Amino acid sequence: MKDERIRKVLATHGRLPVEAAGLPDDANLYSAGMTSHASVNVMLALEEEFDVEFPDEMLTRSAFESIDSISAALTTLGVE
Amino acid sequence: MATVDAGVTFAEEISRIADEVAAVHADSVDKDARFPSETFDALKEAGALSALVPEHLGGGGLGIADAAVASFELGRRCGASGLVFAMHQIQVACLVRHCDDSAWFEEYLRSLVREQRLIASVTSEVGTGGDTGRSIAALTPADGATLTFEKQAPTVSYGAHADDLLTTLRRSPDADGGEQVAVLTSKEQVELEPKGTWDPFGMRGTCSPGFVVRASFAAEQILPQPFSTIGSETMVPVSHLLWSHVWLGIATDAFERARAFVRASAKRAPGEPVPAATRLSHLMTQLSLLRGEVESALQEFLAADATPNRERLATMASALRFNNLKIASSEQAPRVCQGAMNVCGIVGFLNNTPYSVGRHLRDTMSGALMIANERIHQTNASLLLVAKEI
Repeated sequence: MKDERIRKVLATHGRLPVEAAGLPDDANLYSAGMTSHASVNVMLALEEEFDVEFPDEMLTRSAFESIDSISAALTTLGVE
Repeated sequence: MATVDAGVTFAEEISRIADEVAAVHADSVDKDARFPSETFDALKEAGALSALVPEHLGGGGLGIADAAVASFELGRRCGASGLVFAMHQIQVACLVRHCDDSAWFEEYLRSLVREQRLIASVTSEVGTGGDTGRSIAALTPADGATLTFEKQAPTVSYGAHADDLLTTLRRSPDADGGEQVAVLTSKEQVELEPKGTWDPFGMRGTCSPGFVVRASFAAEQILPQPFSTIGSETMVPVSHLLWSHVWLGIATDAFERARAFVRASAKRAPGEPVPAATRLSHLMTQLSLLRGEVESALQEFLAADATPNRERLATMASALRFNNLKIASSEQAPRVCQGAMNVCGIVGFLNNTPYSVGRHLRDTMSGALMIANERIHQTNASLLLVAKEI
């Protein structure tokens, strides 16, 4: 469920040249074509979607590099 | 290669070279837009080009703070010498901090110590809009194990004077633009086709025309860590730190010249009011703002660098901090130099007086263009949407 919502955010804001629905959970989003600018919009949209705020120490390139890592970051913030 | 005498610190030795060599040739380097070869002969003699190489590989074992102080000292006497030195140390820092004990890179660093090799970088590229985090040129397999690339570089500072080049590229011909690696090639492996000439407004001694760069090399010459890591942990913050120390050095010398002018005026007519003295006091507040930004950024870098796995340097808050250092210091340094010219008046405007600050003003004005400030503002504007504590 959480992963589906992450995929929806990526599809809307990730500006990926591939379909977010078809991405493996561990695929590197930057290698898939997500730019730094798009990643910021993904972070903002995730904060809105899950009603959380990522603290500064979690706002790193690696924390948002795959669906798995995003999911882990959300889990840290208490999103089930 | 001679090494620094026991009892003389690295900072003292660099300061001596700055005073006795860089200062003497600064005007001719600027006038003729020529490489500061006298300064670099002296720096090589002192072993300064391998200051950041770890001691177990034969180097000086010094850190970023030492390189920053040295950049400042050289910048005070010759902006171009300071900037070339700073850029070389940035490349060495990338190798030392990201080579993952690679046998090839460790052997290279030993040769850097022995031969005092000068490293230039090829990071900017025609067609990327100034975004060094994306590349068009790619690592391309050729015959057998050989790899090649061809990169259109709008500027390569001291490219024709360097022994080695550190170049950013896409990892492969089908990789995304952001999937970059850094490759170290020697001049014997590289062909530099000059594009245009070099007759700039300031920082004339950096000799930074454009080139088409072509190279053939082996896979072991690729730095093992991805450039996204090298960039955020080292190349970006260390560039901004060392460049800003050079600009602070230039601005400090401009202030010293203004102060010397005011003292000379006061001595000529003791007891008479010196109008320029008040302007000098105003200028001191401007210089202290610059110094505060530059020195605090160095302390914050050292603290962030000491966090486990340098995790603080990977954050957006850290990117914002060092981007801001670049913007603020590159805007403030020419402001200080222009203020020094206002203190000195015509003798500051003339090029051949003890109070000349024209070169200082021109040299510091290059800062806003080295990775254009407006482009960095765009990046910061985006990061500010999500970063929390600034």
